[in-house]
Amino acid sequence: MSVDKDTVNKIARLSRIAISDEEAEKMVGELNGILAWVEQLGEVDVSGVEPMTAVIPNHLRLRDDVVTDGDVRDKVLANAPAREGIFFGVPKVIE
Amino acid sequence: MSDYRIQGMTGEWEVVIGLEVHAQVTSNAKLFSGASAAYGGEPNSHVSLVDAAMPGMLPVPNRECIRQAVRTGMAINAQINRYSRFDRKNYFYADLPQGYQISQLYHPIVGEGAIEVILDEKDADSPRKTIGIERIHVEQDAGKLMHDQHPTMSYVDLNRCGVALMEIVSRPDMRSPAEAGAYVKKLRSILRYVGSCDGNMEEGSMRADVNVSVRKPGAEYGTRTETKNVNSIRFVMQTIEVEARRQVDLIEDGGTVVQETRLFDPNKMETRSMRSKEDAHDYRYFPDPDLLPLELDDAFLEECKSSLPELPDAKRARYENELGLSAYNAAVLTAEAETAFWFEDLLAAGAEPKQASNWLLSELLGYLNKVGRPIELSPVTPSQAAELLNSIKNGTISNTMGKQVFEAMVENGLGAEEIIRQRGLAQVSDTGEIEVVIARILANNPGQLEQYRAGKEQLFGFFVGQTMKAMQGKANPGVVNDLLKKALASG
Repeated sequence: MSVDKDTVNKIARLSRIAISDEEAEKMVGELNGILAWVEQLGEVDVSGVEPMTAVIPNHLRLRDDVVTDGDVRDKVLANAPAREGIFFGVPKVIE
Repeated sequence: MSDYRIQGMTGEWEVVIGLEVHAQVTSNAKLFSGASAAYGGEPNSHVSLVDAAMPGMLPVPNRECIRQAVRTGMAINAQINRYSRFDRKNYFYADLPQGYQISQLYHPIVGEGAIEVILDEKDADSPRKTIGIERIHVEQDAGKLMHDQHPTMSYVDLNRCGVALMEIVSRPDMRSPAEAGAYVKKLRSILRYVGSCDGNMEEGSMRADVNVSVRKPGAEYGTRTETKNVNSIRFVMQTIEVEARRQVDLIEDGGTVVQETRLFDPNKMETRSMRSKEDAHDYRYFPDPDLLPLELDDAFLEECKSSLPELPDAKRARYENELGLSAYNAAVLTAEAETAFWFEDLLAAGAEPKQASNWLLSELLGYLNKVGRPIELSPVTPSQAAELLNSIKNGTISNTMGKQVFEAMVENGLGAEEIIRQRGLAQVSDTGEIEVVIARILANNPGQLEQYRAGKEQLFGFFVGQTMKAMQGKANPGVVNDLLKKALASG
């Protein structure tokens, strides 16, 4: 598996990361290097091996249905680039 | 079950419909955080740092949300997956600060199930159809954007962000707007019985993505479009009508249907493409590394099963078979959980089933519809209603009087017996008292009596009327009839 420049540009756009043409070029090489490296894992025969989801035997913990959090608006909005009263302000996005 | 066809220039077309219903899970807290899931609330107050996706915050699933999804799955006889997993659905939009929605793509919690719908619930012979359900998975809701508060900015309220949703995905088994409407109605009814979703479409607790394609009857499936976020049963049906029509016209004009997401505009009665979101379909799903697989044990599943109430289909069958109610009455009483529960409270208070069902459907629901109140807020309680019904049944008051007494109960909140006593409405069934009145009427109307005895039997009604009038309408009509017949015959 490998990526070309178009794919890199597409991924960047989906992630809302602005990259220059030059950076994209460079990224193609870097990403393909990473992919090739990961692909080596494909050489190992894992048929019949269960996928491992945790290194120690562990189960997903569930929470009780109790309101224990929230009401921290100032904290939530503290780092907003544009706070508008009790809201986050973002550039207008309309369909 | 229905032969809904669209007439085109090239002949008839069939519509194929599948629905993805998003139902908000009834819970106190959100799916992965301890913030409140309640509707309303000051903007950005029902938000924790987890919901705001602050660095280092980790999701921990809410047991109740999982439980409700499983119970819902059991209610549609679906396969429950003891092992399921959460995946990240990546998209970049201001309503979701994480940059991804936690959902379940590869291993949903609920697999194949089905529900049976009846096109016309009120008709016992109406055809039934089984609609397959492919899966139910749980996922996070997104926040709300407001575009009309500022000239250049949109405002973001994250109160909804992270609230638990069930996405219920049907098979493409529906063939007409009416079938789709019946499906949503039935699904909503089941969710409300189970208690896993309040089904409130106005508040957005339930909304549907409507997948529509058209084909010549019997041909391969056509290309489908998906109309997003349709928020009422009527709009679901209208979306199908206008979107199917659009596709038929497009194809017959030589065009091709493009697989895309669309929006329904109820004012213009049309669907519109959301082309700008095309990119957004590249969701790059992958398993969420913050969450271990979800494994359900026997005790958990057992509790889910044993806590399910009697569901609408079973209840309806029992009302017909054991209580002897008509198919119509059984259908209307069981369609909404609240109506059925009220009816059962009425029976528990001692009312007779047939009488109670007729009264509830005509008198009580008639009144509640008129004043626009749900049955939970009925001004008359089931036990008060049972008192009224028993007064009618044992002959204390007539049916007509019953209506008056009900009106008075609604007005002043008193019990039936109290009103009957206060207003002296009790029927006279005392034969002695009625006989005296009849004797007087016969004596006062010798002409009519003679004509009657000469064979003019229509005059019987005249004597009944006179007797009732003399007794101010309070005589038991059955008793009056019997006594009059006797008196007129013995002369």
